[in-house]
Amino acid sequence: MLYREAGDFKTTYAADSQTFPIRFDRFAYWSLLVVAFLVVPFVINDYWANAVFVPFLIYAIAALGLNILTGYCGQVSLGTGGFMAVGAYACYKLMTAFPEVSILIHVLLAGGVTAAVGVVFGLPSLRIKGFYLAVATLAAQFFLVWLFNKVPWFYNYSASGQISAPERSVLGHAVTGAQTTAPAKYLFCLAILFALAWLARNLTRGTVGRKWMAIRDMDIAAEIIGVNPLTTKLSAFAISSFYIGVAGALFFSVYLGAVEVGEAFGIQKSFLILFMIIIGGLGSIFGSFAGAAFMVLLPVFLKNVLVGHLGWATDLAAHVELMIVGALIVIFLIAEPHGMAQLWRLAKEKLRLWPFPH
Amino acid sequence: MPDQVLYAMEAGLNGLMAGVMYALVALGFVLIFKASGIFNYAQGVLALFAALTLVGFQDGQIPFAHLINAIFGTELHNFGWTLPAFVAIVLAAAVMVLLAMVIERYVLKHLVNQPPIILFMATIGMAYFLEGLGDIMWGADIKKLDVGIPQGINDTIESVTDSLLGYGFFIDNLDIVASVVAALLVISLTLFSQYSKQGRALRAVADDHQAALSVGISLRFIWVLVWSIAGFVALVAGIMWGSKSGVQFSLSLIALKALPVLMLGGFTSIPGAIVGGLIIGMGEKLFEFFVGPMIGGATENWFAYVLALLFLVFRPQGLFGERIIERV
Repeated sequence: MLYREAGDFKTTYAADSQTFPIRFDRFAYWSLLVVAFLVVPFVINDYWANAVFVPFLIYAIAALGLNILTGYCGQVSLGTGGFMAVGAYACYKLMTAFPEVSILIHVLLAGGVTAAVGVVFGLPSLRIKGFYLAVATLAAQFFLVWLFNKVPWFYNYSASGQISAPERSVLGHAVTGAQTTAPAKYLFCLAILFALAWLARNLTRGTVGRKWMAIRDMDIAAEIIGVNPLTTKLSAFAISSFYIGVAGALFFSVYLGAVEVGEAFGIQKSFLILFMIIIGGLGSIFGSFAGAAFMVLLPVFLKNVLVGHLGWATDLAAHVELMIVGALIVIFLIAEPHGMAQLWRLAKEKLRLWPFPH
Repeated sequence: MPDQVLYAMEAGLNGLMAGVMYALVALGFVLIFKASGIFNYAQGVLALFAALTLVGFQDGQIPFAHLINAIFGTELHNFGWTLPAFVAIVLAAAVMVLLAMVIERYVLKHLVNQPPIILFMATIGMAYFLEGLGDIMWGADIKKLDVGIPQGINDTIESVTDSLLGYGFFIDNLDIVASVVAALLVISLTLFSQYSKQGRALRAVADDHQAALSVGISLRFIWVLVWSIAGFVALVAGIMWGSKSGVQFSLSLIALKALPVLMLGGFTSIPGAIVGGLIIGMGEKLFEFFVGPMIGGATENWFAYVLALLFLVFRPQGLFGERIIERV
């Protein structure tokens, strides 16, 4: 009853193209924002921030980025981990080279550097398609991780080969380093995620997004109707890499604080983020969030149940987790190839009609 | 001959041998891709699973001992007997056939007519599942696999090259066995697919699912057959890699190394898998030998991918792949 527009009374284009046409959705969206920005920071503690919220926010940014490339533009990438590493190392180099500049600028610049690297590795996509491209992006993954391991300049010649984030603050609150409080970390990531998600939503429903989708659905046909594959594919690579680079920078500076590249940004990370967008829903902004939330919460949940309540060994629990994740992906692909976002869409359709069947 | 040339020759030869190992994994990929158009990411994990099962049977481990112990608080580990290698191999092959049936029944059957990328992602899911399953069934510790394949330096080659060139090449016996096995496997697979009834049916399915169905070929049977053969190839690859470096998680990562091999050779060509494997194997060893020391070493991690990437830019279908024709 609540979840319905009472007829079609739109008189302006702005009203016709708004993101949430149903009032209940708008209400839910604004109240979610209020809770996220004004309530959660006051109740959050270190455990929740480190185990759930901060990883969720950062993975959501990365999932948004990969979803732009894979879900909207149809270019499968297995190089996400490598691009996150570029973001992390760019951020580290900038933080140590220009300590007086705000970390926010560094994070965004790190995204820019990653975008440039992404374009370089995206160039072959003009010739290579499908699986071949997926495998080609593995070249980015392995090459970049190797590069950051082997060239000491990237980790400032530190003896351990690790990079660790110095303390930086935004508006007087430390967001990186040991002194950081949970609310500061959370709010910093949330603000960036909010801005980027807003941007992604509006990009994907505008000209740029429509071009991406045309290329995804059939690139030759898109070319015939006047979509330039060069600029379209490369812009998808650039913007996607920007998001992933920002996620990598935050992952290193805010979430972990110190990283070793092979461990933090290995091939497993690429798959993790790919799973997020498959389970969440390819080509959906909501899906990126849902998938990130799912893949962050599932291990926490399983760990609590299997290790906490049943008292199993952690390695056994980790193997059970692998099986469950694998099985879930297969089940999702069989039951609903479009992921959680599609379930949500179907639920909305049903709600709009309820209580009538048609 | 100067020493440098001899060392390079040795590195190249060893690379060829390593390439054969990559090709063994790539072979399983090609089989499945040819018959069902599925790009089977789980091939490497299949090899790991097969090797784990083989070791498990050989040592008489109780499957799921770890899990059972955790749930019921028991202390089970071994049946207390060991099996001869041959029996264990037969049993492991049987498990792989069973696995093929399960995969067909519970995964592939439901994914008919989905776009290839969905099937690819489903195999990634399967890879995770099998990896967890293998670890839970047999334990995650590094295991030694010994089915009686000779190992260590081959004395004949060393003495012959020593007398001819004045420097004895180090070639592992295991690698020689692997090359022979790979050659036999390729010959028998080619014969099978060219001259047997089932092989012809297999090629028909690869060509066109619907047309094959309409002349009375059972799609489901062919899929089980293909996955069984791929499972068997995985078992062979698992035995070779397991004997070489122990049965452990990293075995599943060789699947990733097989991908550039495939791209070089072309996804649809069995000889392509072998040639691609040889090129990649030799290329990365020689690159590491000549260029590696200048730029910090460990180039083997990425060389294969970058080589394949550069190669694909000029020839997108690979060396022996079918020409890609696109229509709107």
